[in-house]
Amino acid sequence: MKAKEFILNMGPQHPSTHGVLRLVLALDGEYVKDSRVHIGHLHRGIEKLCENKTYFQIVPLTDRLDYVSSISNNLSYVQAVEKLLELSVPERAKYLRVIFSELQRLCNHLLWLATQALDIGAMSMFLYCFRDREEILDIFEKVCGARLTINYLRVGGVNRDMQPDVIPMILKFTKYFSNSIKEWDTILSGNRIWLGRTKGIAAVTKEDAVNYGLTGVPLRASGINLDIRKAIPYAVYDRMNFDVPLGVNGDVFDRYIIRMEEMRQSLRIIEQACKEIPDGPIMVDDPRIALPDKKNLEANAECLTRYCYILTHGYKVPKGEVYSSIEAPKGELGFYIISDGTEKPFRLKIRSPAFINVAALPKMIQGGLVADVIAAIGSIDIVLGEIDR
Amino acid sequence: MFLEAARQIGITLILVILNIAYLTYIERKVLGRLQQRIGPNRVGTYGLLQPIADVVKLISREDLIPAKADKIVFVLAPIMALIPAFIVYAAIPFTKNICISNLNIGVLYVFAVSSLSVYGLVMAGWGSNSKYALLGGLRAAAQMVSYEIFLGLSVMGALMLSSSMNMIEIVNAQKGLPFIFLQPLGFFIYFVAGIAETNRIPFDLPEAENELVAGFHVEYSGMRFALFFLAEYSHMFVVCLMATILFLGGWNGPYSDNSTFFSLLWLLLKTFSLVFVFLLIRGTLPRYRYDQLMDLGWKFFLPLSLANILVTSLIIWLK
Repeated sequence: MKAKEFILNMGPQHPSTHGVLRLVLALDGEYVKDSRVHIGHLHRGIEKLCENKTYFQIVPLTDRLDYVSSISNNLSYVQAVEKLLELSVPERAKYLRVIFSELQRLCNHLLWLATQALDIGAMSMFLYCFRDREEILDIFEKVCGARLTINYLRVGGVNRDMQPDVIPMILKFTKYFSNSIKEWDTILSGNRIWLGRTKGIAAVTKEDAVNYGLTGVPLRASGINLDIRKAIPYAVYDRMNFDVPLGVNGDVFDRYIIRMEEMRQSLRIIEQACKEIPDGPIMVDDPRIALPDKKNLEANAECLTRYCYILTHGYKVPKGEVYSSIEAPKGELGFYIISDGTEKPFRLKIRSPAFINVAALPKMIQGGLVADVIAAIGSIDIVLGEIDR
Repeated sequence: MFLEAARQIGITLILVILNIAYLTYIERKVLGRLQQRIGPNRVGTYGLLQPIADVVKLISREDLIPAKADKIVFVLAPIMALIPAFIVYAAIPFTKNICISNLNIGVLYVFAVSSLSVYGLVMAGWGSNSKYALLGGLRAAAQMVSYEIFLGLSVMGALMLSSSMNMIEIVNAQKGLPFIFLQPLGFFIYFVAGIAETNRIPFDLPEAENELVAGFHVEYSGMRFALFFLAEYSHMFVVCLMATILFLGGWNGPYSDNSTFFSLLWLLLKTFSLVFVFLLIRGTLPRYRYDQLMDLGWKFFLPLSLANILVTSLIIWLK
């Protein structure tokens, strides 16, 4: 007797599809025979919106792409525009960008660990991770005034300098956080149930990883060494000492181990950057692009005019095309911008890592159980805001 | 005679309901502490009235039945889950004096009746007419059936040692030394099987909130939903209570010989320390996968419990 296929609709309202991802699974018992991924439930047309905004106004829009790692999105966008403008950013701003994008990486990986552990059933891990994430958000709040979509970077530098007591705060956090990672290692890494749920699950071979165009952790878990921070260094990553952890099997467990190791490496980078950060300006000295100091606005009419002009009209960007990418926590995040020489981009295309990584999901979950589907989704680390844009 | 029975039933029922109500409170409080939260602290001092508030809230919820559900099965299911969970107490002695019916085959009765609850879960899975619920119901059935077997086998050692199925006699046989020292493996297997029986982490597959959303009770709300939870907590209490009676020496303890109060105190103390272990496990471990759970049951625990019986009976025979 042949069992009838059982079609299970998972999502978009499902606690473990990380937002509004929808999967249609064809099940035989609990085994997945076939699957289809449906996206688009969170489509906001950000790429199109960008065409009607000045380069200055696009920065907060990029915050809303991958809303759990907004600085990475800012950074990728800002660097693309800077490439078009051929700006050189002050040293201090570069260091600030590195510090904050690594803090953001920690923040993102914490959220990933929290949800991955929760998906597999370890509920307490979820709360432990959120507890520590809170500390990072507090740092963000102190420096930028916001916690989640912090809109910190600007074309040509960063929004504002950090207060003198922030560096001790960050260092205190890194010390505390390295202990936290040890604690999680004891909870999860050696746990037999955890190993059973992650080892050999949703494995991707080297060839498949390349063919699907995976980037970030899913690619490195399969054993391919590609980290944009090393391959095409940006900001001051070429001066930082850090390792790129690689996996072997490309399964959920390898992705878990790599992200844990990446968190440790991020801590190393943050500590180095905090030590080396020079004094100096945080914004490029170019009156076309940099907003004048707010203190001068009342006294100096010229400053006031410039201030209003940049906010409302923006600045002209030379004609040309540019692609620039960074190693975002989820993979290679790239911005492709076509400028027609006006204040607004003619076209802006976002290469979103999660969008491309999630395409490999049906391959990963083929033949697995329903429970593995959840583990696989968690291990790719997706945010639907970025997939649907 | 009739009055005496009514008195016993009354006392037992009050004990059980109080214990179950506060089990939910203790669970939330302990889990909260484990996870660096505070837990309920708004209703009454230290949140002690929380269970009452919960019941009031659940009772006042709208009574929802999905349009395409099988209405009779849907309504019957929570009742079917709850009744066995409560009638098991008919044979469980809380002390020498507090016992509705002192059955000769008390242990057999408890295991037989408590396993009937699975019908409730399967009916809920089927009656809801939802795929998630159906998967949850099927998982529940498979899990309960396979873990029932070695739940029964694991207590055999204790039964052989006391050569009785009457629980008061089993407790009396442990006056000197609780059976946990003679039957450590039996206790361990019983405890694991107990966790699986009560569908709790790491064996909470029928609910598996992250895969099956809520499993068999995904379509339930309000008081019907509460009945399932009442059944689950009642089961948890029964499992811990039986573990106490069979392995931890029941109500034996200092001053317990003539005092009902101390007997009850010891029994509840032991039971709730087991409950605490339940909660610690829930706070730490991830969830098994369905096939791994079956492997663990049939390939590991079943042979282990059979070996336990063999060794125990050999030792008894040699003596």
